[in-house]
Amino acid sequence: MTPDQEMTEQTRWMLAVRDERDKRAFVALFDHFGPRLKAFVMRGGTGPELAEEVVQEVMLSVWRKAHQFDPTRAQVSGWIYQITRNCQIDKLRREKRPLPEMIEEEADSGPDAGDIVALEQESAHLKQALHRLNPEQREMIEKAYLGDLSHTEIRRITGLPLGTIKSRIRLGLERLRHELKSMREI
Amino acid sequence: MSKISHHLPESVLAAYAAGSLPYAYAMVAAAHVSMCAECRAIYEAHQCAGGLVLDDMEGMAVSQNTRRQLMDSLDLEAPPEPPAPRAFGVYPAPVAELLGDGGPRWRKVGGGVRQQILHYDDAGSIRLLSIPPGRAVPDHSHGGLELTLVLQGSFSDETGQFGCGDVEVGDPDLEHTPTAGEEGPCICLAATDAPLRFRSLVPRLIQPLLRI
Repeated sequence: MTPDQEMTEQTRWMLAVRDERDKRAFVALFDHFGPRLKAFVMRGGTGPELAEEVVQEVMLSVWRKAHQFDPTRAQVSGWIYQITRNCQIDKLRREKRPLPEMIEEEADSGPDAGDIVALEQESAHLKQALHRLNPEQREMIEKAYLGDLSHTEIRRITGLPLGTIKSRIRLGLERLRHELKSMREI
Repeated sequence: MSKISHHLPESVLAAYAAGSLPYAYAMVAAAHVSMCAECRAIYEAHQCAGGLVLDDMEGMAVSQNTRRQLMDSLDLEAPPEPPAPRAFGVYPAPVAELLGDGGPRWRKVGGGVRQQILHYDDAGSIRLLSIPPGRAVPDHSHGGLELTLVLQGSFSDETGQFGCGDVEVGDPDLEHTPTAGEEGPCICLAATDAPLRFRSLVPRLIQPLLRI
């Protein structure tokens, strides 16, 4: 099996949207994430109408900002999660969320499919770990990532086994830094 | 860049990824993550975890109307995206964006120390401080958490030495006298969620004027 076939279908859809502006792949992404997004936003206390507005806005950003998607640093759900939280904060709190400086890669510097699959495998492990938690712990994790815990309360969730994901992402960042460095040297 | 030795606590990075940090702290987190690959990896790992929570949600049907409107808007020309903010001098992109063109507009606050308040609201304040070499910021403690990120030069206080990219995490019970290193002016980005309390009378009197 080639690494390409081992990628999750979400990643393949997202890469088709990013690289080929494939609308069918976008519809598939929408059918997967749209309903989950709506549930996620409503869980945070937003009414159904505004929630649909957020879903629409987030998915439109997914289409328009697809070039920013880097599968060696985020799985699709994590990338969409970030867009969603930015959108919610801009919309509901009416403040612009401070974001880190962007490190964008050149379009033609395709990352290694092995790196993509490796990050996906790590998130699959984390997902299994989340499923093994007891219901109270699960609820705490959910509340934390919905943004319902304060930064002092959130200390309680930092025991998550994120170690290997972190090192995977760090590898992705190092690759980018290396590319940027060689670009500057040209 | 590789010499950063004082990082943000993981709980702060997790809260930043989850979008639950007050604005002032989020600004320091954005600036530090811009400078520190290690903390950026932790921040992005928490985004991955947030994504798993999203992916685990039991879906709720989205209306056909929303779906149709979305599909129709794919072909619309996107409004021009504002250019991604860029770093300016020692200021990482998120700080440079807040500063606007032309860099900081410093105001003297005594003892050669200068500051610019970047943002101030009920939830806290964020400001830039410029401390001349070898000088100290008046002895103070604070009601809440204080995050101080070094953008240029260095400072040291009772808890240690902080160089470019380092963050000091000041708990409510920390009373400290940060003193800039001799190598040059120290520029810091400082966020608090409560007014600073100075120990001596004079700074306490002028504190309302400083709005810190």
